[in-house]
Amino acid sequence: MRPILMKGHERPLTFLKYNREGDLLFSCAKDHTPTVWFADNGERLGTYRGHNGAVWCCDVSRDSMRLITGSADTTAKLWSVQNGTQLFTFNFDSPARSVDFSIGDKLAVITTDPFMELPSAIHVKRIARDPADQASESVLVLRGHQGRIARAVWGPLNKTIISAGEDAVIRIWDSETGKLLRESDKETGHKKAVTSLMKSVDGSHFVTGSQDKSAKLWDIRTLTLIKTYVTERPVNAVTMSPLLDHVVLGGGQDASAVTMTDHRAGKFEAKFFDKILQEEIGGVKGHFGPINALAFNPDGKSFSSGGEDGYVRLHHFDPDYFNIKI
Amino acid sequence: MADALIEERAALMGIDMSQIDLDSVQLPPGEDFGIISDDDDLYQEDTLELDTGLGNIIIVDNLPVVPREKFDKLEGVVRKIYSQIGVIKDDGLWMPVDPDTQKTLGYCFIEYNTAQEAELAKEKTNGYKLDRSHIFAVSMFEDFDRFMRVPDEWAPPETKPYTPGENLQQWLTDEKARDQFVIRAGSDTEVLWNDARQLKPEPVHRRAFWTESFVQWSPLGTYLATVHRQGSAVWGGASTFNRLMRYAHPQVKLIDFSPSEKYLVTYSSHEPSNPRDPQRVVINIFDVRTGKIMRDFKGSADDFAVGGTGAVTGVSWPVFRWGGGRDDKYFARIGKSVVSVYETETFSLIDKKSLKVENVMDFNWSPTDPILALYVPELGGGNQPARVSLVQIPSKEELRQKNLFSVSDCKMYWQSNGDYLAVKVDRYTKTKKSTYTGFELFRIKERDIPIEVLELENKNDKIIAFAWEPKGHRFAVIHGDGPRPDVSFYSMRSGNNTGRVSKLTTLKGKQANFLFWSPAGRYIILAGLKNFNGQLEFYNVDELETMATAEHFMATDIEWDPTGRYVATAVTSVHEMENGFNIWSFNGKLLYRILKDHFFQFLWRPRPPSLLSPEKEEEIAKNLKKYSKKYEAEDQDVSMLLSEQDREKRKMLKDEWEKWVSRWKQMQEEEKLERQNLRDGEASDEEEEYEAKEVEVEELLDVSEEVLSFDYEE
Repeated sequence: MRPILMKGHERPLTFLKYNREGDLLFSCAKDHTPTVWFADNGERLGTYRGHNGAVWCCDVSRDSMRLITGSADTTAKLWSVQNGTQLFTFNFDSPARSVDFSIGDKLAVITTDPFMELPSAIHVKRIARDPADQASESVLVLRGHQGRIARAVWGPLNKTIISAGEDAVIRIWDSETGKLLRESDKETGHKKAVTSLMKSVDGSHFVTGSQDKSAKLWDIRTLTLIKTYVTERPVNAVTMSPLLDHVVLGGGQDASAVTMTDHRAGKFEAKFFDKILQEEIGGVKGHFGPINALAFNPDGKSFSSGGEDGYVRLHHFDPDYFNIKI
Repeated sequence: MADALIEERAALMGIDMSQIDLDSVQLPPGEDFGIISDDDDLYQEDTLELDTGLGNIIIVDNLPVVPREKFDKLEGVVRKIYSQIGVIKDDGLWMPVDPDTQKTLGYCFIEYNTAQEAELAKEKTNGYKLDRSHIFAVSMFEDFDRFMRVPDEWAPPETKPYTPGENLQQWLTDEKARDQFVIRAGSDTEVLWNDARQLKPEPVHRRAFWTESFVQWSPLGTYLATVHRQGSAVWGGASTFNRLMRYAHPQVKLIDFSPSEKYLVTYSSHEPSNPRDPQRVVINIFDVRTGKIMRDFKGSADDFAVGGTGAVTGVSWPVFRWGGGRDDKYFARIGKSVVSVYETETFSLIDKKSLKVENVMDFNWSPTDPILALYVPELGGGNQPARVSLVQIPSKEELRQKNLFSVSDCKMYWQSNGDYLAVKVDRYTKTKKSTYTGFELFRIKERDIPIEVLELENKNDKIIAFAWEPKGHRFAVIHGDGPRPDVSFYSMRSGNNTGRVSKLTTLKGKQANFLFWSPAGRYIILAGLKNFNGQLEFYNVDELETMATAEHFMATDIEWDPTGRYVATAVTSVHEMENGFNIWSFNGKLLYRILKDHFFQFLWRPRPPSLLSPEKEEEIAKNLKKYSKKYEAEDQDVSMLLSEQDREKRKMLKDEWEKWVSRWKQMQEEEKLERQNLRDGEASDEEEEYEAKEVEVEELLDVSEEVLSFDYEE
């Protein structure tokens, strides 16, 4: 498996997202320009210029027409995927950390970081079909998390919102009333900050990665802990194969703690786990720094990883990969 | 922490804490709820020490009885003697006077600032001869109180009925002949079986906060010693680890067992009240079984610093080194130009005096015999050569001596049976600018103790490590200058046993800086720790071949199990990452790996020496096939069982997963319509599944018109 190295960002990667068809790959980094690439050959297709801070997260609509990005410049922006023009800007009082379109793309959930005295919050915005009608008001604002919220996503039928962050607790909220429905309990839950959260293709379960060096798989409706994957390093990114029962964890020693001269000390590997047996199957090395972002192509035949080193590595699987038996 | 313990306990008993109304619980009356605390006697000890607060007062008896005129003079003398030792409090000296005769009563009270000073004064001046008829008897004021309370009538001590103790060797009778080890990670200390067949450890006993600094096995594995602020304790027993004995020693820092674990030496150092004074050191020697103090040593740190010339290197542990083999007969320590050898019958110096050796630098006991090896460095700029000598104890007779010239340093290595002694000698070259190394090899068990000189082929090679084969006749040396040194093996017996050392082989360019022989000999691990990041080479010295090379990244510690079957490599908390340990087979196969954050210690439980006679051992080695059959069959059974269990576990996990998936599918199906509505009925779920369709597309690339000439009229 020879990866395609995609060098377009000048700063560490923060997020990766494929569109539904799997032909486009969107990447966000701490430089200010989200970038779109051909997911097949890694050719750069274009950039979205306009943000004035690190871009933390993005999501693309089902029809691949709209892109939403959240940035440390305290805005979330809607873009036209095709020509890179800004359609709308949501202004906040603190950095926007995570964005997610709902089913049907009529709503978006945006989280903002705690800033000065301001606590972190989850905002629900209505997304108008025509950008001209777009309103900036939030439909709903949820508060209750301690510290940063790493990610908030929509639950089944847009009825719930699942969020997780620095306080290590995973919460499920009612997206209509804003009521807190469930919380992960201390015993089974993560012990340290949750860094990433990723839904399965059918939206029935999700995995969370945490600095406690583990990833956990949960039922999205009941918040039952189903699986735990233990690794040796803090987990920054998780993803699941849409095709096989594989979970991929990316991470590595905290960037500020990388003092070793030997890159092996950092364990900057994307680790593959058997989703059911919770056993490690293998790893993909290459990054010269912790992995911050992981995404699977919807066809399950390739995946990409983004690292602190500023590279996106696009891996097309060898045929052997599909015959792994353990 | 208490909450966590309660919760843990509750979980154990299957009680849901949230369901319990705590106010409804009725506690038995009384402070202790009728439960006798483990710590009760401990508290009592503490209170005894503190109850008077008069620990800083001493009573000096046997003073001369003087009339009024001489009172001031006597007081002056006493004050002079006692203010040398510490600061006497203002009005801290009180010499009572008989009101009738106006004479003193022959005793006085002295109050110091601290109890330590008072204790020191008692030690130093008890028995002090003021003159022939006045020998001081000094006691602590506190003790006096206690002496007064001694009943006048002697009462025979109660004879307790004999209760048989636990079998402290129970762990040796394990049916699977496994070995135990102790680990310390975070606040937990845990003893586990090494179940190599199951490829995992099996827990034996675990305790949080079992020790306050470290744990240590006794040399034969009977006891596990823990170290606390108040002293040390040993644990052991048949089924679980009970506390067997406690040894009070406030602020104990270091402990050491005698080789056959009869005695325990504990060490503490105390900051002096006056910062200019040297640190005070207290060393106690306890009888392990009875817990009685057999002897204590107190003094300043300088007294216990390793002697030699000039430079004080500080106290090196163990201060007392045990000799005389497995009988714990002698122990010795080094002082300035003396080696003090004590024997354990009376706990006093042999012949009442120390062994005088001018400028002695280092000494080592033979592991089996009462023989001391001493090293005296070069003196007088080379006029007096350096010397290594062997001294027999208790006769203090010199068995053998070797003078060595232009020596910069010597290190002595005994072979584990006491058959050989290797002395590594660093010598100056002629210019004195650099040093080179050679070995002096003593054959202790042969007549007249012949000495042989061994020099490396390349004399300039630095010696990085040296190690004798346990119970064997071979040794390994890592030598070289570059980043990849060489490893050489030598034998003290050559082919026809001529009694000459011979080289077996040299392995070139190894990434190794430490040597770890198997305790059974024959196998050795050439380890590259520290700069080499944990390179391991498992080498068979009989066949002179490498069995395996491996790596335990960042490994800091390597330890063979006492039987030489398995090896543990560990990354301890000196590194932030990778903490945990690996268990390998003797031939370098990784068996299992456990990760634990804040990993401090890994220690195999030692075994006492085998009870089999050498003949029996030989017989077993000869008929190994016969004996091993049973174990091979067991191994096979276990591996069958394991794979069976594994299969079942996998099947269970898969089934469980299938259940989840089918439930999700069902939910998905139920919500299908609603979801379509959310998407304006645009897309069905089926289309969400990615499907590649081959579509033929015809594209019109170019259209051009060409006029062809036809001749119609033909």
